[in-house]
Amino acid sequence: MSKFKKKKSGELPAVNTASLPDIVFMLLFFFMVATVMRQNTLMVQNKLPFADQVEKLDKKDMIMYIYAGKPSPRYQPTFGSEARIQLNDKFADVSEVQSFIYAEREAKREELIPYLTTALKVDVETNMGLVSDIKQELRKAEALKINYTTLTGDVEQN
Amino acid sequence: MARRASPEVNAGSMADIAFLLLIFFLVTTTIETDRGISRKLPPIEDETDPPNIKQKNIFIVLVNRNNDLLVEDEPMEIENLREAAIAFLDNGGGVGEEACDYCQGARDPASSDNPTKAIISLTNNRGTEYGTYISVQNELVAAYNELRNREAQRLYGMEFTQMEDNYRDSNWRGDKEELKEQIAVIKDLFPEKLSEAEPQS
Repeated sequence: MSKFKKKKSGELPAVNTASLPDIVFMLLFFFMVATVMRQNTLMVQNKLPFADQVEKLDKKDMIMYIYAGKPSPRYQPTFGSEARIQLNDKFADVSEVQSFIYAEREAKREELIPYLTTALKVDVETNMGLVSDIKQELRKAEALKINYTTLTGDVEQN
Repeated sequence: MARRASPEVNAGSMADIAFLLLIFFLVTTTIETDRGISRKLPPIEDETDPPNIKQKNIFIVLVNRNNDLLVEDEPMEIENLREAAIAFLDNGGGVGEEACDYCQGARDPASSDNPTKAIISLTNNRGTEYGTYISVQNELVAAYNELRNREAQRLYGMEFTQMEDNYRDSNWRGDKEELKEQIAVIKDLFPEKLSEAEPQS
């Protein structure tokens, strides 16, 4: 009967960790897929102001981004320290805002066009002159829905 | 020379490598949505005669190039702006046809007649800082939201901002049509009449 001898009891068998890499890979893929890399490389300083009466901007595909602010330190030798507009990946002039809006609209499905929102990501220290110019151009392009992107916080931090 | 079978690669450290990558992505991921103050710009219209509005129904906010506030010809700090705007909107000084039965303000005859007539006019200088402009906008929107919350609480037992969030939320279970009507009612009580003039240089 030695064939059916019981194993030595008392020692716990080690937990099988062979599937641990699989589990970790699963998590890894989830985070890789969920990660959104920045769409545009920022070329301007972009310290957003604080506000607390904010609304969420979901539906990322229906937002056009306009950045404005002083050029980042590495661009200052070429572009100076005057606040500028950034559209897509390059500096732009106020007069280019309209054509940018038209180009963005062109890329979207037709039925979505009325829902497009322009998100203004403007640095705190920018003068309102530039922002008003952008707004005027947006009115001309009939892109009337805008959103001043802010951080959530108390206005006293501005 | 006898061929030796190639030894198996040790996969024991695979988990460590995967963990390393996992931690990298965990740290870099920002699952966040942008937030901000939504506004609607007025469309460009042909020059028409400005409508006749009584001076007392306009609440004038000026911001100069040094980021100072001038509200109704009085200098003011940003912290006090919300209160002043609420006092103006909620005043309800009108009589007869223009009376406002839901206002809880001081009913000062020198201030606004009715929230539906009250207009806030904001003028900033080209040299004003964007941060200050956003602060002012935020306070004025807050004034409207506070009054709308009060009315929504009174009529429907729910905050107005909550109603709007629910309306936008696609997972919310409830009658969206009804909610839309309720939002419209509240918006009619306190319509957001915020006019922005072209900045002065």
